Amino acid sequence: MNQWSFVIAAYAVVGLGVAGLLAFAFVTMRRAERAADAVRRRR
Amino acid sequence: MHGYANPARFLKIARPATGWLLGIGLVLLLAGVIGGLVFTPPDYLQGETVRILYIHVPSAWLGMAGWASIAAASISQIVWRHPLAAVAGRALAPAGATFAALCLATGSIWGRPTWGTWWEWDGRLTSMLILFFLYLGYIALASAERERGGEGRMAAIFGLVGAINLPIIHYSVLWWRTLHQGQSISVAGGSTIAPEILWPLPLTMLGFTAVFAAVSLMLMRADLARTKLEARLRRSAAE
Repeated sequence: MNQWSFVIAAYAVVGLGVAGLLAFAFVTMRRAERAADAVRRRR
Repeated sequence: MHGYANPARFLKIARPATGWLLGIGLVLLLAGVIGGLVFTPPDYLQGETVRILYIHVPSAWLGMAGWASIAAASISQIVWRHPLAAVAGRALAPAGATFAALCLATGSIWGRPTWGTWWEWDGRLTSMLILFFLYLGYIALASAERERGGEGRMAAIFGLVGAINLPIIHYSVLWWRTLHQGQSISVAGGSTIAPEILWPLPLTMLGFTAVFAAVSLMLMRADLARTKLEARLRRSAAE
């Protein structure tokens, strides 16, 4: 393997990790805020 | 600090801050990554693999800063009983764990071409792995306490005790001279890295830090919304 393969692998791991973390945080936040709003509107 | 103890007041600032931090963070990251991959020369010794520096160092910094923030939140909870401290601790842990894992993964990928091995039980690598396991323990403990309706005091104590690992990680390269290189950048002593290679690093450091802050705010908002939802459901059931 040449050196660029390692560089690309490292950047891909970080890209996927950060994208996954962002998606997890965003979906968790949206779901929780929507659920709280839905219950408030129902009452 | 206690001015933001009111969740409504906190949310008034957190909602716009989330988008701003995320936007600024992604722009800085993009600039730093393009700079690091395209506009910097290869290192005379490590060659192209030196470019892993721009993602490995910020991951290590955020893995450690995440736990330092958990420890600060733990003190705030134990001493001042700040109502948002436990929420902050729970929100910081997944982001800190992710960056600790990314630090280990990028370090391993960097280690193969430079050291000839993916892993070595050296002081720095082992103490960083312990930090990752501490994060997993904290996440499990804090979520179990939350489910039980507890205040999160056990998790706060765990957060404080776990902070003992931070100086061990920092000084590991001095105490045990094994495979990991010594400190190349310090606040007081400057840097031993050539400026033409170093310049994208502050961009990725700031970019990752802003993204980390945005993720933590999103998870704090989720936690507060869940608390609000539970309170509303309890009130509905009581009526």
